[in-house]
Amino acid sequence: MAAFGLLVVVVTACLLAPVYAHHIAHENPFTSNLNGTIRLGNKTVNVLQANTQGLGLGVTPIGPTWHFSTYFLGADSQGRDVFARLLYGGRTSLFIGFISAVICCVIASVLGLASGYFGGAVDWLISRIFDIVWAFPIYLLAISLSVVLLTSGLNIAFIHIQAGSLVLPILIIAAVFVPYVGRPIRGLVMSLKEREFIQAAIGAGASDFHILRKEILPNVMPSIIVFFPLMVAFNMLTESALSFLSIGVQPPAASWGTIINDGLDLLYTRPWVAMAPGIMIVITAGALNVLGDGFRDAFDPKAKLRGSI
Amino acid sequence: MRDLTVSFATRQGALRAVDGLSFDVGQKEIVGIVGESGSGKSVAIYSMLGLVREKNATITGSVLFEGREILGLSDKELQPIRGGSIGMIFQDPMTALTPVYTVGWQLVEQIRQHLHLPKAAARQRAIELLGQVGIPDPKSRVDRYPHEFSGGMRQRVVIAMALSCNPRLLIADEPTTALDVTTQAQILDLMLKLQDTYDSSIVIITHDMGVIAEMAHRVVVMYAGRPVEIARELDLVRHPRHPYTWGLLDAVPRLDAKHDRLRTIRGNAVSPLNLPPGCAFAPRCDYVMDQCAQRPPLQGDADHVDACWLSDAQRVTIRQRVEQPS
Amino acid sequence: MIYFIVRRFASAVLVLFAISVSVFLIFFATPGVDPAARIAGRSASAQVLAHVAREFGLNRPLPIRYWLMMEHLFIKQDLTSYVNIGVRVVPQITQAAPITLSLVIGAAVIWMIVGVLGGVVAAANQGKFIDPFIMFIGIAAVSVPAYWLGEVMNLLTQSKFHSSIFAWVPPPGYVSFTTSPSEWFLHLLFPWLTLAALYAGIYARVLRAELVNALNEDYVRTARAKGLSERRILFRHALRCSLISIVSLFGLDFGALIGGAALLTEVVFGLPGVGMLTYTSLQNLDLPVIMGCVMYGAFFVVLANAVVDVLYAYLDPRVRLA
Repeated sequence: MAAFGLLVVVVTACLLAPVYAHHIAHENPFTSNLNGTIRLGNKTVNVLQANTQGLGLGVTPIGPTWHFSTYFLGADSQGRDVFARLLYGGRTSLFIGFISAVICCVIASVLGLASGYFGGAVDWLISRIFDIVWAFPIYLLAISLSVVLLTSGLNIAFIHIQAGSLVLPILIIAAVFVPYVGRPIRGLVMSLKEREFIQAAIGAGASDFHILRKEILPNVMPSIIVFFPLMVAFNMLTESALSFLSIGVQPPAASWGTIINDGLDLLYTRPWVAMAPGIMIVITAGALNVLGDGFRDAFDPKAKLRGSI
Repeated sequence: MRDLTVSFATRQGALRAVDGLSFDVGQKEIVGIVGESGSGKSVAIYSMLGLVREKNATITGSVLFEGREILGLSDKELQPIRGGSIGMIFQDPMTALTPVYTVGWQLVEQIRQHLHLPKAAARQRAIELLGQVGIPDPKSRVDRYPHEFSGGMRQRVVIAMALSCNPRLLIADEPTTALDVTTQAQILDLMLKLQDTYDSSIVIITHDMGVIAEMAHRVVVMYAGRPVEIARELDLVRHPRHPYTWGLLDAVPRLDAKHDRLRTIRGNAVSPLNLPPGCAFAPRCDYVMDQCAQRPPLQGDADHVDACWLSDAQRVTIRQRVEQPS
Repeated sequence: MIYFIVRRFASAVLVLFAISVSVFLIFFATPGVDPAARIAGRSASAQVLAHVAREFGLNRPLPIRYWLMMEHLFIKQDLTSYVNIGVRVVPQITQAAPITLSLVIGAAVIWMIVGVLGGVVAAANQGKFIDPFIMFIGIAAVSVPAYWLGEVMNLLTQSKFHSSIFAWVPPPGYVSFTTSPSEWFLHLLFPWLTLAALYAGIYARVLRAELVNALNEDYVRTARAKGLSERRILFRHALRCSLISIVSLFGLDFGALIGGAALLTEVVFGLPGVGMLTYTSLQNLDLPVIMGCVMYGAFFVVLANAVVDVLYAYLDPRVRLA
């Protein structure tokens, strides 16, 4: 319950960011602010300060002011407000995690249902696809797809997706995890199909579509619900990893992963840039995992989902 | 065993799975406990040896084994008794053996636990036992895994295991329920034969009156966790006194059947969560009276007791009517 | 058993073939830009493009292109980078592999010990304080992005406390075992801990669930009725059966990590392993190197899966017949 509450707080804070972000950050979180100044108390301070140590070359962004009104967590190397970016980045991260989990579960359900229900050639083909994607290391598959798609975008027939679009990481992450959900669903459908009530429906001459929709889907649903929060957590972590490798969300858009990446160079001078988004990820993913455990206990005590991020 | 009571704390309140069960088992005696599924037979026996692991279970009463109180002993204190002086046979031989070890390994494990034999001797004993329980070619089968045996053969392995340390008492929990009919008969014969060789007493739990008739010297009939009739096997089968026992006996198909249809007891076993305040069998009993709202005590002569308010005369007339249908 | 092994490895070869075909298709047949331009990298001259097109037979049918790519990768091993012109890919990978192996093997030892210990202790103490406590740490470990944990470690050991309690921690980087075993150990200690944290969390959670299931099985009741000690029941019976699923998990994870999933840890700690190689080539969009790394990674994953299945058959006699 506490986990759920925490999740609600994080999600609303991030979703509402556009509503109040201009109150806490006077600068646009997506444009650089290299020459800006802010007022702290009575002093005027540069957002990017000249280095005083060493050779005095280069600049260090301002550290946390701990004032909600401006640069609460300091600035990144572009002079952008980290706290505002954190909220907007959270929106992106949660959005990608959630949507890709939905897409993943839908594709996996369709494939798993078809594979388990129809058997035969359909099952063979889908199972082989699962096998191959499964044997492919997740990151390597995601990296291969990202590299190819991010350089050129996706152009199939009349579908054109631009290279920098958020849709690409969403689709890639969704695709990579399909076998992890699809395989258990296939197994579940196969055992359901042997049960009397399905056999009775088949015997009564119900159409395949009717049986799948009315008899099998409702029985598979609890497992999908159990998978879902865990999927969102996985996908968020994967997104942050891909963004960290600069093959996920593309600048100037922010996600927690990209902010951590931005903060890598500032790690020893301005640790908060990298620490804050990491803490957010841990809190959110942790809450989702606890929620998933709760769902599992409530719906489906025997469910197992192999996790590997 | 005296006044054994096992209750579970559940969300719907306290559940009395076993309520005031008492009986004795003499030397070389075979006692049968019979009752429908869920009547608390297995729970009673498991709780005796501390095999009921649920934390919300409360077990009270007293179980004396060879003059020693064993109820409430710690796992450590129970170790030499379990598998040593008391052997157990379980209902489902398919799942009772650890799947990843050979049957020989599992037998040797138990033998060495209790008898402290060297490895080679324990293995020799395991092969001997497998031969005694009728497993062909025990020398090579000893190195096979449980999944390579059929259900009947696995049950023989479980029996061999239960007997491996010459137990004084053998407890068999529905040993034949999961098996097909011919295998059932073989297993029962085997148990009788081995009981003779090993001089042990047996408590056999079953819902099958046929098994009772074949094996038991004395019978405890249980309903909803309570003993309703205790008698010698012959007396019970020839002169059953409790209406529930009548029902059980009438539900056994007989060669000299006078009826075309098998009688059944109407209704389902009551849930132990909402027992009626008086006699637990009252809601399903054909002869229910006002008095049944009070719980009847176990009474009768030393060898034959039952818990029912019906008078002797009433019972005679009812039985006569049933035995000679119009 | 021999038949089982042969059959398992035959199917591994098939899967490897399927993976190589999909890698090939992803890099050469994804609709979009000219694959020659992709391989040659940014701002390649027309001359280089033509050379690439000829070398990979880009105007010839797909099966021939596939064959040419495999030939460059495995037979001639002369695939070269077009970003760092003339640098061959395969030797780079073989040089980086021992570093990745050092990282992953060390982490695996740690996470197996910690994970199994955590799972057993939690399962043996169900309902007591220690059980939810271990599970809470497990959830936290599963929810931390590994690369970020690495940064936290760096921050602690290299910056904040570098002059005090962590003065003995060397700067990020790698020293080979043959150069100095103690330096090798010190350089890898924190990368090991970082990488192991996540997997220890997963394994403790999975093992606890498996053990709790196993402890409710009939065979555990039989073991108890046999008069075995609780310790023996837990370790020799319940744990032995639960380990089967842990071993299969382990194989998959170990393969994936060797295959490149450890790249984030390598990047954060500046370890020049295969993951680092993948990362740097990602930064320059050096496709031939990425392709090589992906194929190499897939090879290890498939190999690990095959080894695990054989081990699985050894641990679980029921599988051998199937």
